[in-house]
Amino acid sequence: MIACSPARRQAEARIRGVFPATRPSVVRDLRSADPVARAAAYEALARSYWQPVYAYIRLRWRRAPEDAQDLTQEFFARAFERDYLSRYDPAIARFRTFVRTCLDGFLANQEKSAARLKRGGGYVIAAVDFERFDADLAVHARSEEPDPERWFHREWVRGLFARALERLRTHCDEKRHPDAFVLFTRYDIDPDGAAPRPTYAVLARETGRSVTDVTNELAWARRAFREIVLDLLRAICATDEEFRAEARDLLGVDPP
Amino acid sequence: MIKYVPDAAIARLRALEDRPDFSGTRYELRERIGQGGMGIVFRGLDRELDREVAIKVTAWSTAADADRLRAEARVLARLEHPGIVPVHDVGQLPDGRVFTVMMLVRGERLDARAPELTLPDRLRLFDRICDTVSFAHARGLVHRDLKPANIMVGEHGQVLVLDWGLARAERDGSASGSAGGGTEGYMAPEQSTSAFDVRSDVFALGVILRDVAGAGGTAIPRPLASIVTHATDPDPAQRYASPTDLAADVRRFVDGAAVGAHRESALEWTARQARIYRTPIGLLLAYLAMRGLLLFWGS
Repeated sequence: MIACSPARRQAEARIRGVFPATRPSVVRDLRSADPVARAAAYEALARSYWQPVYAYIRLRWRRAPEDAQDLTQEFFARAFERDYLSRYDPAIARFRTFVRTCLDGFLANQEKSAARLKRGGGYVIAAVDFERFDADLAVHARSEEPDPERWFHREWVRGLFARALERLRTHCDEKRHPDAFVLFTRYDIDPDGAAPRPTYAVLARETGRSVTDVTNELAWARRAFREIVLDLLRAICATDEEFRAEARDLLGVDPP
Repeated sequence: MIKYVPDAAIARLRALEDRPDFSGTRYELRERIGQGGMGIVFRGLDRELDREVAIKVTAWSTAADADRLRAEARVLARLEHPGIVPVHDVGQLPDGRVFTVMMLVRGERLDARAPELTLPDRLRLFDRICDTVSFAHARGLVHRDLKPANIMVGEHGQVLVLDWGLARAERDGSASGSAGGGTEGYMAPEQSTSAFDVRSDVFALGVILRDVAGAGGTAIPRPLASIVTHATDPDPAQRYASPTDLAADVRRFVDGAAVGAHRESALEWTARQARIYRTPIGLLLAYLAMRGLLLFWGS
């Protein structure tokens, strides 16, 4: 067991106040009898999963961008129409593994089918930028991972972190820590491996702050980011056990 | 809009910690290797001496945590013993966080190593843990947070007791009555409510003995179980008076002698005597068997 200082406990309690520890799981809501709640759950799930699903179709199944976009939309539409994601059994696998298995089945059927069904059924993923994401994929993506499960997991983590970063940006603005997001991206996101990280002293000069301020802002942003990731993760896990296992795998932490 | 997070950034985000900036010092910070009660421990490089070290940094720049880390460094500086990790340096970063530089321990945690060993080997390790704790007690210090996570077994079987951040002079516990700290499951009852003394460490050692003896699902022999019960008695006055006494009883078990904490049944006494005198008993039985055969053939 790792002991925590009172200061740390207080800080974590403050953060938990911002991001409530108990949130309904969208995976559970997939089975809701209320059609509005069920549709909202599918939409939330699609927002969480469109990136790994699209990247998987685009690179793993080597489909052209337009085709991959249609298939991504169609996968979620079909899942909604036929409700097959609600058949998930937490005792068998993690939810992301189940999604990937469903996706493989869907794509295999699509290949067999000469005439693909039209997209639709009352469900389309809103406000996603396939073109921008595809351009990034072309620059960065590597598909050397032979294991499809690991490959999908990697893209799932990427999508989760991208969403968490978007939320962190908003959170920093709301909490009046605008420099925190800038410092966080400069120090923890931007360096591409070849270039060295800037030192805290360099960041302090760039932002006109003291080194202590840089340290404190970075520490604040990291804690907030971690809590946001846990919050997002909790929503897309079916059980508390799955959430804790995913949190340990992802961040090496046992969430409160 | 952030839509694509590169692999390098994912790796950094997955290992997020309040990573301190060591530029401008003689140390180069490498990966995180652990977390203790007061801070994060990193593998580091002492560039001046070109040797790897462990660097512990307070996770938060609060004055209390910084004072505790400095206090731990001073405690360790007083304890020169093969079972205690030496401190090389202590310092403060520009952001106010305090760091200590220690020998980098190469090995495994006790709970990871124990299942690979035989029971006698595990008990020999336990004996060395008791020896190290006794050494600190002789200098008036009580560890107060003994647990398998704080005990490393080195590459050559040496035992190292870590994390002395909660260690206090024994007189502090009895004089002020202020205690606290420790880890649930290993912490003696009196640590949460009243004063502590060396018998608080005896309690934790008793729990560690239970873990060590039962490592890997091994059934704990009854005499050892009695030692554990005696060491972890809720009343400090009913425990062993010191780790030395506890270790002596464990050694008696290893040597096949009667254990002070255990009242043997007649059957256990007989079995133990049989183990001690198995060679002469074997010879006697062989002699009797031979005589019997000779008598049989002669008749």
